[in-house]
Amino acid sequence: MNDTVDLNRMRDTAFTAQVEALSGQNISACYQCGNCTAGCPAGFAYDVQVSQIMRGVQLGLKDRVLRSRSLWMCLSCSTCSQRCPNNIDVAAVMETLRHMARKAGIVSVPKMEKFWLSFLNTVRLFGRSHEIGTMVLYMLRSLRLHTDVDLAPTALAKGKLGLLPHIPPGGAEPVERIFTRYKERAQREGVRP
Amino acid sequence: MKYAYYPGCSAKGSSKDYEMSTQAVCRQLDMVLEEIPGWNCCGSTPAHAVDTELSAALCARNLDIAARQGAQLLLTPCPSCLSNLRAAAQRMEKPTFRQRVNELLDEPAAETFPEVISVMQAIAREKENLVKRVRLSLKGVRLAAYYGCLMSRPAERMRFEDPENPLLMENLLAACGAEMVDFPLKTACCGAAFGIPERAMTARNSGRILELAVRLGVDAIVTACPLCQMNLDLRQTQAGRAFETRFHMPVIYYTQALGLALGFTQRELGLHKLAVSAEGLLNKLDGLRRAPAAEGGQS
Ligand code: SF4
Ligand code: SF4
Repeated sequence: MNDTVDLNRMRDTAFTAQVEALSGQNISACYQCGNCTAGCPAGFAYDVQVSQIMRGVQLGLKDRVLRSRSLWMCLSCSTCSQRCPNNIDVAAVMETLRHMARKAGIVSVPKMEKFWLSFLNTVRLFGRSHEIGTMVLYMLRSLRLHTDVDLAPTALAKGKLGLLPHIPPGGAEPVERIFTRYKERAQREGVRP
Repeated sequence: MKYAYYPGCSAKGSSKDYEMSTQAVCRQLDMVLEEIPGWNCCGSTPAHAVDTELSAALCARNLDIAARQGAQLLLTPCPSCLSNLRAAAQRMEKPTFRQRVNELLDEPAAETFPEVISVMQAIAREKENLVKRVRLSLKGVRLAAYYGCLMSRPAERMRFEDPENPLLMENLLAACGAEMVDFPLKTACCGAAFGIPERAMTARNSGRILELAVRLGVDAIVTACPLCQMNLDLRQTQAGRAFETRFHMPVIYYTQALGLALGFTQRELGLHKLAVSAEGLLNKLDGLRRAPAAEGGQS
């Protein structure tokens, strides 16, 4: 956010209120001390630092904020929340923004979403997550065929990767139904599931 | 004492060794861990990254099973499961949220849930018992306790010690004789589940932790989180490459360390499953075992 921003044209004050309501955080309390950014372990991979995101939300720069790659690179480690002198759960704000971006169909780092959805697919299918399944689905979705092949021999030799998924006794159907209802509701509400 | 137990998916896969050693230690302390029937994945990071209500629904199904069993407490070894289960329980206190989540479930979830705590907290309640049962003191072994970012944060949710300086693991291991170093990165993030989609993120963050442990001259890093363990152990070569070095730092579960003190064998604790072997540490312990007056031990 270092280039000039035309505040008159780009501000969306409803956005600020919406983020506050959804995250339950008082965004106006942020006085831009930069503590969150200083401790953020993912900052090196951010296009917009987390304190800048906070400022962007205050100013209602909806488009700039929701398009940021940072939302997808956040590790959800809550270091920022812990160190904010104004007690803002900054990690919760980051998560809220990511949800808003996704629901609006803005996915600035598609491979992250692909990875998460691959993981969740194994949960839907088996009721429990499955590491190899996640990896295979992710490779297929992202067409990255070499991901972690270097680790597979060690992991397999040590019996650390289960080849077969572990399905709960009683089956995976109850979990699948959760996903089905979730998807149907998202469709009814017109958001990306 | 009997406890309702939620092992989490990695207990059945990448952290079988954590599960083996947790069960072994608890058994020795007369803590019976009973898996709640038909539990499912808590959704881990991907679920909450995608949608809060979906994440809560996956968790609520488990909390509901435990509640219907009449459990007062639910124990889990995994900080990520702990975080998700506690977050869901907390959010479900809000009626509008509860209703949205109930819509996703087969039946509305129980009105009240058991409190979810870490197995480590339950073991700590048995500390006296633990100290009495130490058969091989860990005296002479130098360890760094690494909690990862999830166990203690956010503080209001986790209620687990000081959010940036927890000491529970140190207390338990010191009680078994180990020398615990002050480890400033004990609650830093290891790079989480980014190892697959964004390797640089994990390599950089894990590398920092490994580098510090090397500098402090510890025999091993001791952790409580399956994902941290995987990033620091299985991905150690990747982290080394990012730091233009070769690390050789064993990364074991705190339950494996406690298990050694309680006299279990390497196999019983799953120590043969480490990618980076803990041979140095084990040889050191072996030396101590052979020493005539095994300090702190009863046999
Ligand atoms: S939660 Fe996200 S934004 Fe906050 S410190 Fe961690 S990685 Fe950075
Ligand atoms: S730490 Fe809190 S007050 Fe400081 S910049 Fe970050 S959000 Fe704003």
